[in-house]
Amino acid sequence: MTRLRVRYNKRGRVRFLSHRDVARCLERAVRRAGLPVAYSQGFSPRARLHFGLALSNGFESDAEFFDVDLVDPGPADPGSADPVDLRSTMERAVAGHLVGAGGLAERLSSVLPDGIDVAAVVPIAAGTASLQDSVEVCTWQFRLVEVPADALDAAATRLLDRDRVEVTLIRKGKQVSEDLRPLLGEHSTRMSSEGAVLTIDLGTKPRSVRPVEFLAALDAPELIGNVADVRVLRTHQWINLDGQRCEPISLPRPSTHAEERAS
Amino acid sequence: MSWLFTYPDTYEIGLPNQGLQILAEIVTEHPDAVAERAYAPWIDLEAELRAHGLPLFSVEGHRPAAMFDLIGFNLSAELTYTNLVNLIDLAGIPVRAAERSEQHPLVCIGGHCTYNPEPVADFVDLVVLGDGEEVVSEITDVVLEWKASGRGDRREVLLALARVPGVYVPAAYEVSYDGPRLRSIEPIWPGVPAVVEKRTIADLGAWPYPKNQLVPLTEVVHDRLNVEVFRGCTRGCRFCQAGMITRPVRERPAEQVRTMVAEGLRRTGYDEVALTSLSTADFSNITDIVGELAGNRPPADGSGDLCGPVSVSLPSLRVDAFGVGIAAELQKGRRSGLTFAPEAGTWRMRQVINKLIRDEDLYGAVDSAYSQGWRRVKLYFLTGLPTETDVDTLGIAELAANCIEVGRQHQRSPGVTVSVGGFVPKPFTPFQWFGQNTAVELQRKISLLRDAFRDVKGAQMKWHDPSATQIEGLLSRGDRRLGPVIESVWRRGGTFQEWSEHFRLDLWADAMAEHGLSMDDYVHRHRTEDEVLPWSHLSAGLHHDFLWQDWRDALAEVGLPDCRWTPCYDCGACTGYGIEHVVASATPPAGGSQGTGQGLSWTPDSRPVPVELGVGARGRRSS
Repeated sequence: MTRLRVRYNKRGRVRFLSHRDVARCLERAVRRAGLPVAYSQGFSPRARLHFGLALSNGFESDAEFFDVDLVDPGPADPGSADPVDLRSTMERAVAGHLVGAGGLAERLSSVLPDGIDVAAVVPIAAGTASLQDSVEVCTWQFRLVEVPADALDAAATRLLDRDRVEVTLIRKGKQVSEDLRPLLGEHSTRMSSEGAVLTIDLGTKPRSVRPVEFLAALDAPELIGNVADVRVLRTHQWINLDGQRCEPISLPRPSTHAEERAS
Repeated sequence: MSWLFTYPDTYEIGLPNQGLQILAEIVTEHPDAVAERAYAPWIDLEAELRAHGLPLFSVEGHRPAAMFDLIGFNLSAELTYTNLVNLIDLAGIPVRAAERSEQHPLVCIGGHCTYNPEPVADFVDLVVLGDGEEVVSEITDVVLEWKASGRGDRREVLLALARVPGVYVPAAYEVSYDGPRLRSIEPIWPGVPAVVEKRTIADLGAWPYPKNQLVPLTEVVHDRLNVEVFRGCTRGCRFCQAGMITRPVRERPAEQVRTMVAEGLRRTGYDEVALTSLSTADFSNITDIVGELAGNRPPADGSGDLCGPVSVSLPSLRVDAFGVGIAAELQKGRRSGLTFAPEAGTWRMRQVINKLIRDEDLYGAVDSAYSQGWRRVKLYFLTGLPTETDVDTLGIAELAANCIEVGRQHQRSPGVTVSVGGFVPKPFTPFQWFGQNTAVELQRKISLLRDAFRDVKGAQMKWHDPSATQIEGLLSRGDRRLGPVIESVWRRGGTFQEWSEHFRLDLWADAMAEHGLSMDDYVHRHRTEDEVLPWSHLSAGLHHDFLWQDWRDALAEVGLPDCRWTPCYDCGACTGYGIEHVVASATPPAGGSQGTGQGLSWTPDSRPVPVELGVGARGRRSS
């Protein structure tokens, strides 16, 4: 078994596809690309795709990930912990279907709908923590049309200056109160041609702060009339590797300022 | 030249419709034509569109519907008629055809409901009867010519279209009445046929469509690859309109089925394929094909593997053609649900409807299913059939209970889901003369069954709302006088009538009363032989005498064998059009009752509910 990790974008009209819709779409794409995908056992075998944190309907992203298991062409490679060996195993696994690992991203993109593009594919070692478990922080970008950047920055600073950010929610039928403050990270604000852009890190442990929760916590109705008018983009997901903050797959060039090409 | 193919229900329901996908693809291949699609926006989106003054628009290009030359609607269900009117209005086009001018699109309808299009005749410009593969291009060419010649008088293009075989232009015909009855339906434009005949493609193998089945990004019904393995059915079930109007049987060559499945799976990425038809187990050598697909065995032609496990679903399975062989092959893939349609609870009733499967055939089929690991099967029945007694109705519960008993030999807790629909007589069937059961009677029968099922462990019963069945019956056999009724219901907000949460019986009852029409007369009355039926000027090829004889045979409980494996009895569908069955195997599937010479004897167990044979004046004279 070889496990590949795939990084993709979700931009433009496809932002209205739900997480489940995208999952189904990716599963079909993997088959359309001719990958020798592994299936679960049992009465109802499913393609073995493993998804990361769900992206809410309506939001865009430059940093989405999923893992997919491929069947090996021959006997298991004893030295499969070695990344080099692993790559060659994978290349053998896809031989006959693919030109090589380099062509894999293009191949997947070509069978995905407009707006979903695969940026990178890498083999990962057996035992690598799942995306669900390992991602600790996401960087989010909020674009607000016709809102002055300084006003937005002031609202964010006000929020982050607080010791506690209480939110109440219903959990298992009971009203509970939670403090979001420990999950709110660094922020910055700038002006773009389309309005104010606020960037902030939101934690995912023990649970993800939802972008709409953050917008509500800003408590700035004069800036945010309707949450649906705010364009939300996930720019990064971060994992902790030996104390080092890094991406599940880092791209050769950081994908900042990508919002200029969004529709 | 542009077509907007539109399904008058939501995207989730309409997208899988193969007819519209086939037509859109054929038009797209025309050098001078383009096709896009549209669906009914749900209530909330429609409200937004109307609030912002936005029209119905296409999915592909987001173009306003009124920009297209032709809007082609698929009508598969009568209860969508108010949606048809609503979408025409949402497109910004006058809902009545008579009020449209040259700059408006032509409104065209196709699909099974068009065998009686009279209730919607006021709203449409042209109607297509039968298979659309050939006629769609003929219509395209007529409209192209009209546009090239400066897009003159609307009547000019409609007259040219009315002369295309298979095309019916309601405005070219006048209906006269004699009190509540029809007196005549006559052409009033020059050169249009007195009777419009349906279109039939002789060879399904010449039309391997859709070649590029659409893969939706959101979830829809029937979300899988669909490959039509044959069109038409001659089992001769008397309640079944599809089996009457789509004759003869035209099988797709097995090699083409294999290619369409393999290429379709590769191209779409689906892991489920449905082999579609009106009765897929009747396809010649079906077991081999299912075995190849479900067992993921490479096809004989070496066209490669299918990219992982594939689940095969066979909608419309006849129990007498479903054996342990096919069950064993099916379960090698991912197991999908199994639905059988015995349709009626007793052998007597099944002789009346000519669904000649014996109780033992059903038990054999469910035995095959349970023994191969299925824990639950679905059974489909009709109630309100001609001559049906309470013994027949209760026979449904008895059959289901026996199926569960059969299952206990293989499963710890076998289950049966029983779905019961109220019978609606349809045009161009032997039952077109039958007075439909009232909603009260249907409700009584459903209640009887519910009581009977209370003690059957493992059985789950579902049923259709009898009042929706009543309105389906009204529209199924109605005439042009229902146009204003449909318009009234639509004006009062009665859209999405096939959705139980939106169905409004009161709107229909009020509209009928307002226009002075009798529900009883339209829905519950037995028709007489000499009566001018609203579809008398249309033809599915079936001889009137064949249908009438078949109706008499039904009441006499006489079965009729399947003509694909037995001699022709001249229903008219082949002989009238100079075509014939295309069937690879000359013998029926093994194990069946029908056409195999097995004993069909029956011991009477109840006195049938009499149906008065209304032969009328003409019938009395001739007999």
